[in-house]
Amino acid sequence: MEIKKPTIKSIPYEEFKNNEYLEEMVKQLNENGANVWMGCMDDLINWGRSNSLWPLTFATSCCGIEFMAVGAARYDFARFGFEVARASPRQADMIMVAGTITHKMAPVLKRLYDQMADPKYVIAVGGCAISGGPFKKSYHVLNGVDKILPVDVYIPGCPPRPEALLYGMMQLQRKVKLEKFFGGVNRKEDKK
Amino acid sequence: MITIEPEKIHKALSGLRAEGYDFLRSLTGMDWGEEGLGVVYHLEKTTTGENKVIKTVTANRENPELPSVCDLWKAAEFNEREAYDFFGIHFIGHPDMRRLYLREDWVGHPFRKDYDESLNPLRMTNEEPDDVTHHYEELPDGSVIEKRDILFDEDEYIINIGPQHPATHGVLRFRVSLEGEIIKKLDVHCGYIHRGVEKMCESLTYPQTLALTDRLDYLGAHQNRHALCMCIEKAMGIEVSDRVQYIRTIMDELQRIDSHLLFFSCLCMDLGALTAFFYGFRDREKILDIFEATTGGRLIQNYNTIGGVQYDIAPDFVQKVKEFIAYLRPMLKEYHEVFTGNVIAHGRLDGVGILSREDAISFGATGGTGRASGWACDVRKRHPYAMYGKVDFKEIIRTEGDCFARYMVRMEEIMESMHIIEQLIDNIPEGLFQEKTKAIIKVPEGSYYAAVEGSRGEFGVFLESRGDKHPYRLKFRSTGLPLVSIMETVCRGAKIADLIAIGGTVDYVVPDIDR
Repeated sequence: MEIKKPTIKSIPYEEFKNNEYLEEMVKQLNENGANVWMGCMDDLINWGRSNSLWPLTFATSCCGIEFMAVGAARYDFARFGFEVARASPRQADMIMVAGTITHKMAPVLKRLYDQMADPKYVIAVGGCAISGGPFKKSYHVLNGVDKILPVDVYIPGCPPRPEALLYGMMQLQRKVKLEKFFGGVNRKEDKK
Repeated sequence: MITIEPEKIHKALSGLRAEGYDFLRSLTGMDWGEEGLGVVYHLEKTTTGENKVIKTVTANRENPELPSVCDLWKAAEFNEREAYDFFGIHFIGHPDMRRLYLREDWVGHPFRKDYDESLNPLRMTNEEPDDVTHHYEELPDGSVIEKRDILFDEDEYIINIGPQHPATHGVLRFRVSLEGEIIKKLDVHCGYIHRGVEKMCESLTYPQTLALTDRLDYLGAHQNRHALCMCIEKAMGIEVSDRVQYIRTIMDELQRIDSHLLFFSCLCMDLGALTAFFYGFRDREKILDIFEATTGGRLIQNYNTIGGVQYDIAPDFVQKVKEFIAYLRPMLKEYHEVFTGNVIAHGRLDGVGILSREDAISFGATGGTGRASGWACDVRKRHPYAMYGKVDFKEIIRTEGDCFARYMVRMEEIMESMHIIEQLIDNIPEGLFQEKTKAIIKVPEGSYYAAVEGSRGEFGVFLESRGDKHPYRLKFRSTGLPLVSIMETVCRGAKIADLIAIGGTVDYVVPDIDR
């Protein structure tokens, strides 16, 4: 069964940037081949998963306020299935690392991530989470969450606009749509 | 600035306290290099508004010791812990000499000029909860001993709240000892978003330092930056044009409305009224639109500069602001209908978390929290700056000191802010929006303090310059630190559920506490 490019309703595929890595993923999946029945099931489950990604309410600083703005009336991420922000990591599918991560916070963030159930995703929001941002040279700031967590999507900005947050979340949806659920992401081997 | 030797400092300060200097505006740890380590105290008489700046310095860098002033001002409690954390100064007589921001296993003290950064790599081990603290005591023969104290007994029932908790408004952490559902003791842990802004500023040029102030209290971005710009302008003797003063005042007030709307939204959400959250955010977006048209930023605007503002106001700024004010008035009425009159809201807020006036002053809890306890602490009235001396507005004061009073003070302040803007918006004078400054800004030697009324209290900037293009020491008087330091006093004896209501109405922003 051939795996197709991921689509988002009413936004053409070409309007997204960074499509290359998705095409790479499609190619890999097609090369490995997929059982028709399993492929259909994957499609169905991924359709459900990508449209109900529940974020963990996690915010350390400024970007958190924009995260709240995205959840509120004007931008309303509920339209895309993100509405249920969970306060417990055990119920969340993804963590939006919104804000600076300091040395004191880093073990806490790692612990939160470890408590989340697989499959789980990380979005690094804003300059601080990506690289340390304006606080890069500080003695107490972690220079990028990718040093401690695997990051799926980076959203640059200081803080990113709500539109940018929505775009980043849709990029994550597209990535989720391409994953193999059975025997894939739901059964990740510990690499250690 | 008066210098007093460490041996006499406590006596001198007790004298001043008895004289009526009851408000410790700011306590700043300092490293003067060769001269030694020390502390700068900013004191104010709340009755007359007189100010005094006192400095003390100890030459002993190995084992610096200074007497604690906790017994005089409660505000010293957290500030001295901060000074200990940053500079390693032991305060003798302080009951709880733990680090405030950094981890207990941190090596050295980062704000010392001879601090070696390589000693502290990223530690990924979990922090051990500290149930034990220590204090330093002076014996009659003059020697100092360290004594251990128990914070929490082994058989106490302790609940940990935070650092990741939706109702702590960021990454604040409380350890609460409970008896049933009554709070017996509360221990605040800060530092989960300590970004070392003040230390970073020491290696940045003055225009560069401005960018970091916006990110402290992001709901008071304009006001924070206003304070720093004002401090540098004061030091360099730059006079800004009337146009700039008008623009800055209007922007400050818009920011205050923005912050108070967010306060309303978050408080309501914390108490379970989700509809009110959407109302507040819907209207807040309108202010952000106005900000964006002029400054290009929504939350963090980077608008004030030394000697003016970054850009002139947008052509439709005046009209947009007027439209917004006309829009918000009826909306506020709706807020009151939706939330203020609600039985549940009254049940959760009335008579909960009472802060007395004496405590508010002693802790230095300014802003809406102080004014709800009957303390007239508005910097706009105490030390008028920008256009505030020339406009007519009322300082909202309530005397109950409970959660409901804190909530109402902020709601009424929105009305006052709109009143201020209305007086200014039609008369913005023509003029330069940016004074010419030198390419490299050097502040003359000396120390300067400037304060503005931020969204949640007095935001002060203390600048010590050695005549370079970098500040020698830049300290921000956080609006939030006194607000978290009252939590222990206010929450003791309250129910665990009230902690959320109290935290919501005290209205702190965590990056501003940790800096």
